[in-house]
Parts: sequence; C-alpha cells; structure tokens
Amino acid sequence: MKELVVISGKGGTGKTTILASFAALAGRSMLADCDVDAPDLYLLLHPEVSYQEEFRGGQLAVVNQERCLRCGRCREVCRFEAITPEFSVEPLDCEGCGACRVVCPAEAVELRERVAGDWFGGQTKYGPMVFARLRPAEENSGKLVVLVRKEARAQAERDGIDLLLTDGPPGIGCPVIATLANADLALIVTEPTPSGLHDLERTVELCRHFRVPAAVCVNKFDLNPELEGRVRAFCAQSHVTVTQSIPFDESVTKAIQQGRSLVEYDTGAASRAVAAVWREVAHRLAGDEGLGAGVR
Amino acid sequence: MIIAVASGKGGTGKTTVAVGLAIIAGRAQLLDCDVEEPNAHLFLHPQLTTRSPVSIPVPEVDTERCTLCGCCREACQFHAMAVMGKQVLVFPELCHGCGACALACPEDAIREVPREVGVVEGGKAGKIAFVHGRLNVGEPMATPVIRAVKAHLDGERLAIIDAAPGTACPVVEAVKDSDFCLLVTEPTPFGLSDLRLAVEVMEKMAIPCGVVINRSGDGDEATESFCASKDLPLLGRIPFDRRIAEAYAHGQHPVYALPELGLRFEEVLARTLECARGGRR
Repeated sequence: MKELVVISGKGGTGKTTILASFAALAGRSMLADCDVDAPDLYLLLHPEVSYQEEFRGGQLAVVNQERCLRCGRCREVCRFEAITPEFSVEPLDCEGCGACRVVCPAEAVELRERVAGDWFGGQTKYGPMVFARLRPAEENSGKLVVLVRKEARAQAERDGIDLLLTDGPPGIGCPVIATLANADLALIVTEPTPSGLHDLERTVELCRHFRVPAAVCVNKFDLNPELEGRVRAFCAQSHVTVTQSIPFDESVTKAIQQGRSLVEYDTGAASRAVAAVWREVAHRLAGDEGLGAGVR
Repeated sequence: MIIAVASGKGGTGKTTVAVGLAIIAGRAQLLDCDVEEPNAHLFLHPQLTTRSPVSIPVPEVDTERCTLCGCCREACQFHAMAVMGKQVLVFPELCHGCGACALACPEDAIREVPREVGVVEGGKAGKIAFVHGRLNVGEPMATPVIRAVKAHLDGERLAIIDAAPGTACPVVEAVKDSDFCLLVTEPTPFGLSDLRLAVEVMEKMAIPCGVVINRSGDGDEATESFCASKDLPLLGRIPFDRRIAEAYAHGQHPVYALPELGLRFEEVLARTLECARGGRR
C-alpha cells in the first residue's frame, strides 16, 4: 500500500481542500484525517460513521486525600507545578509523569489513564475513512495520530485498498512527526507569503530528518508571483520537486461553504490545477520518477 | 494585562491580529508562542538582540553505579528508558524532563544533563518589545520552548501572545494565565467547527474569550449565531479583501496597506481591553 500525506507547516494553506479533491479524483482510496486537534476533512467528505471509540492516552496523577500526609514532597519534585497547595492535582498542568508517585512516602498518589480523545470510522463515497478528535486541552495528539494511521492501514488491508490519503496537521511538532513517519510521499502545501516560505523551509527539513520523500505545491500562487519564484528556487536548491501551482480562487471558499470538494464544486482555474497536481502526485506514487527523486 | 490570540484552525489570521494589535497598542510586548512555526517577526521586523537556548534535563546513567535494576524504566511513563543487555538506553526525544527516573534510582546513578530543544530570541520593533521561540526541527515537544518564551513576560505593559493553532497542549501552555483570549475564525464550516473546539478549550481553562471574524463577508451568520448562543462577544471583523491577502503575501502588515483597517484594529483593541477588564466571558 502507498500512503500520501498532505502537510503544510503553516496552517490554512489548503491541505484539506486539496486532500478532499484528491479523494474525489483517486476513485477508491482509504482516507485518514490526522489533524486530531481540528479535524475538518469530514466536513467535505461526509462519512457515515459506523463506529466510534474512546482514545486513552496519557495519565493523570490523583492524590488520595485520606492517605496524604501533607509532607509536600510531591510539590517539591513536580516540575510542572501541577500540585496545588491543598495537594490536589490540576489536570491541565499534570504531565502524567509520576514523579510525585515516586517520592510519596504514603503511597497516596495513583496514576490514572486519561480519556484524551475519540476516534471514528465510517464510509464516504470515495472509500472508508478514519478520523479522530482530541478532547479539548488534552495531550498526546501524537499518539492519537499513530492510532488513526494504524486503524486506517488495517481497514485498507481488510478492504483490499492500496492507496491511503492522509490529511495532516499544521506545525512541525509531535502530531506532524507522527503523521509523517514512514509515509511514501509527503505533499507540502504552501503559499507565496513570508510565513508560507519560512514554514516550508522548516517542513522540508523535517521531511529530510525523517527521510520521507517530499514534493511541494504552491497554493494561491498569484498572490505574490515573485515569492512563488522564491519558493521554486528554494525547492530547486533543496532538490525537492514542485508541482503545478494553484491560483487564488474564490471557488475554494464557496466549495467549503457548500461542504463539497473543490473538484466536485466546479471546473474553474483552481479546480483544474488541483487535478493536474493529483496527476503528478499519482505518477510519483505509482513509482514513476517523473516528479524527481525527492528529499533523501 | 495578558491577551492571548488563538484559533482552532490554522491560517485564520492569528498572527495578523496579534501583530496588528501590538502595532496599534504601541508600547506593548508581543510574545510569539507558536514555536513550531513562529511568523510574527516576518511582519514586525524586530531587531533581535538576545538569544538563549532552551533545554530540558535528560538523564545520563553512570554505568559504574548502575545495577540494571530497572527502577528508572519503571518510573518513566514516556518509555524513554530501556534496559538492554548490560546497559540502560535513553531515548532523549521521548523524555519529558520530569526527573522521575533520577528520583526512582536507588543507586543515585542518574544525573540530568541539559539537552537543547529550541531557542528564545528577543528584541525590539519600535516601541514594541518582541520575544519569540523556535522549536528545533525534529523535536516533538513544543511546551518547554513556550514556557521559556513566557518567562519573558514583563508584567508591566500590555502583553499580546500569539498562540499555535489547535486545541492541544501547545495552545494550553500559550494561553494559560492570560486575562483574555481572542479567538480568530473565518466564516466557513471549517472555521466554525474549529471555533467551537477552541471555545471548549477556553471553557475548560476558565479563560474569558471573544471572537474576531477574519475574511468576513458572506456567510458570517452561522458564526454570529454561535457567538450569541455562547454569549461570546464578537469583537470585530476583518473584511475578505484580496488587497489584505496581497499585503500579507508581501510581508507587509495589512494595517499599513489599508489605512482604514487601522480603525478596525483600534476598535478591536479597545473592545478587547474593555472585556478583559470586565472579565467578561
């Protein structure tokens, strides 16, 4: 099975719009939304959810008030200032490390599993989909991403699907690293803005760090054609292929407002460009080296 | 007074709003806590004069003293330590720097050494005091760098915090201890869905918040009725205007490109401060 992940560094560059269109163009594929903080792919692909499960990740220290001697050792060692002067634990601050439990002379501290999110599986008209949502202000989004990808792979295997399309989160931290690991190709969506270029540089470096081949797509390229040129120059220097660029097009917002993928919504300039990007990416995934050897 | 600027969805305009407010406020402090992708400096062009590495303490095992008892591995909740054959292995990327292993070691064989995970830089842009953090590429954990940026809060003047997108620990760390949080959204189903999630985070953290609609135009109604249902103040709108997108694309803050926007930002700032003082939810 081949897995394409769409990531961006900077948020709001168009990952989900592009991925939903790829789903429509690919025919049948397995779909995964790894932006577990703010999952949006379901708003375009409308999966019929057939199962839902809690995600347990991370731990929370709980102080048994009857046993507690109020000696204060736990407060001394907690580096996250999670233990209040009354010796209760502030869940938002607790890292679940258990240092308090190690030092407690009264065995008054217990570590409890946290329910940190929920994950869902269902069918879209383009294939099965797995997605998840972290509960508000929870930790361990990286672990939840690992779970989503694992479940998506298992489902694809069961259904005999050989293509997995994965929508990634913004940033370069743990959920992105968890999305990227061992993918066959990362499509990095950027925009011709100073932030877009700055974040692209860090994202390309991340792909190189984890040895994932990458290609770059410039969305809204005509907002600043000069900067698009700089993106292309940077990519040439870094030996990363750049696909066809996508123009700024108000249809993109309108398609989202109607809850449809761009290529279903219309056949305007942006829609045609996304289709061209898909052809390039599909070639590359199929093993055609037309798109260059990528980052190694 | 600490005002955080956050959003569930990425790319809604947090940095535009945070920098715009700092420009309008003048004598303010701007802390860019999106340490995975810090961008505020690209629009504020500060002169960076200070630079300090951010480290977390990771264990180093004294092999002479270590008896391979495995207490450290048991204590570590993050699977950052393993006993393999005749040695203890440490996986530094998994280490949260909590120190549980050293506390658990009966032989006193663990010493903690700093491992650099990022950097904090500071300087000035006109009257604005600027600080940002950068997570090193390949490092998974942003929170220590965010904490290091926030250690520079001076407490004297208005502080504006630019947070990372999302609803997880980096957002919590950035927004924690703020007096008020401005949530920036856009009038699309994505924007609204992610705004709902961001509001849940603020409710859980008990931080009063208000909303700014960016790329406002057609279709604000759904966001408006959500705000009304949650009794969230709608503190301003930034219009959907290609000129704003182009100014941003050229590294210019839209306040300078479209002078009428300055008035809108003044209004957002005034209303935000009013809500923050009133502690209004």
